[in-house]
Amino acid sequence: MLNGKTAVVTGGSRGIGAAIAYKLASMGADVAVIYAGNRDAAESVCEKCKEDFGVKARSYVCDVADFTAVKDTAAKIKEDFGALHILVNNAGVTRDGLAAMMKEEDFDRVVDTNLKGAFNMIRHCIPLFLRSREGCIINISSVSGLIGNAGQCNYSASKAGLIGLTKSVAKEYAAKGIRCNAIAPGFIRTDMTEAHSDNPLLAMIPLGRMGEAEEVADAAAYLAEARYVTGEVLRVDGGIAM
Amino acid sequence: MYFNAIAKVIAERTDVEVSSIKPESTFAELGIDSLDTVELLMSLEDEIGVEIELDRKVETVGDLDKFIQSKVQG
Repeated sequence: MLNGKTAVVTGGSRGIGAAIAYKLASMGADVAVIYAGNRDAAESVCEKCKEDFGVKARSYVCDVADFTAVKDTAAKIKEDFGALHILVNNAGVTRDGLAAMMKEEDFDRVVDTNLKGAFNMIRHCIPLFLRSREGCIINISSVSGLIGNAGQCNYSASKAGLIGLTKSVAKEYAAKGIRCNAIAPGFIRTDMTEAHSDNPLLAMIPLGRMGEAEEVADAAAYLAEARYVTGEVLRVDGGIAM
Repeated sequence: MYFNAIAKVIAERTDVEVSSIKPESTFAELGIDSLDTVELLMSLEDEIGVEIELDRKVETVGDLDKFIQSKVQG
């Protein structure tokens, strides 16, 4: 159980992030939900966590791509919760397109949010983990980062980058009791994958269906408690990237 | 001057006596690696009540003292 622990989840207002925040709260963790724009959705995730599990929950608006904004948000979370034990870097965006036609800003936006956003959070949360003498970082990567996906060079690059980030941070802070792992979800039914509902790849999923956000949250729950696991990339993909 | 505060925090974290810590002592010879320095700084922040954002490597206790002084004045 995670009683007495505080978890911060980026992109926590909906989809996989909301499912992870709710799951960690069900295990007793207090949760800080970071969202970019959807305040009502983030607030409703917090309300559900408080009502269903009696934990403390607060939402924070923050563009994770903004180094200074992340620094300020981490300071606020420290003030509100006192300590931090779990960080889930889930915030992610897509700007799909063929590499030959992709706008520079579409490449930058995706890498800035998905990859640099995770770095920004790690950068400002590690001092809090060091104070707690423990920490667990879970980066939400993607099978796109493992096997690539046509039309998603920016997204795949950011998600592959997260795996390198995960392994370096895992090595750097293992001696301090801080673990860092990644989850590589496949096709999970969320707003983000709606555009992919007719993707021919879906027919190639060995388990024969799309995944649910709660099934990714189960993997996050496992990693939150797996004290001998660090630097791992856990696929939750119905077998598509094996 | 933050030398005394730094020496106190180092002594608490290591087996080194405060009296044997000099401004020219390097963190390496005090048995403090770069990762330990990050934790040392946090203890130091608590001790002197100043937020220290170390954005470069410092080799000696005296260097760290000067770095903090420059940040506090700046």
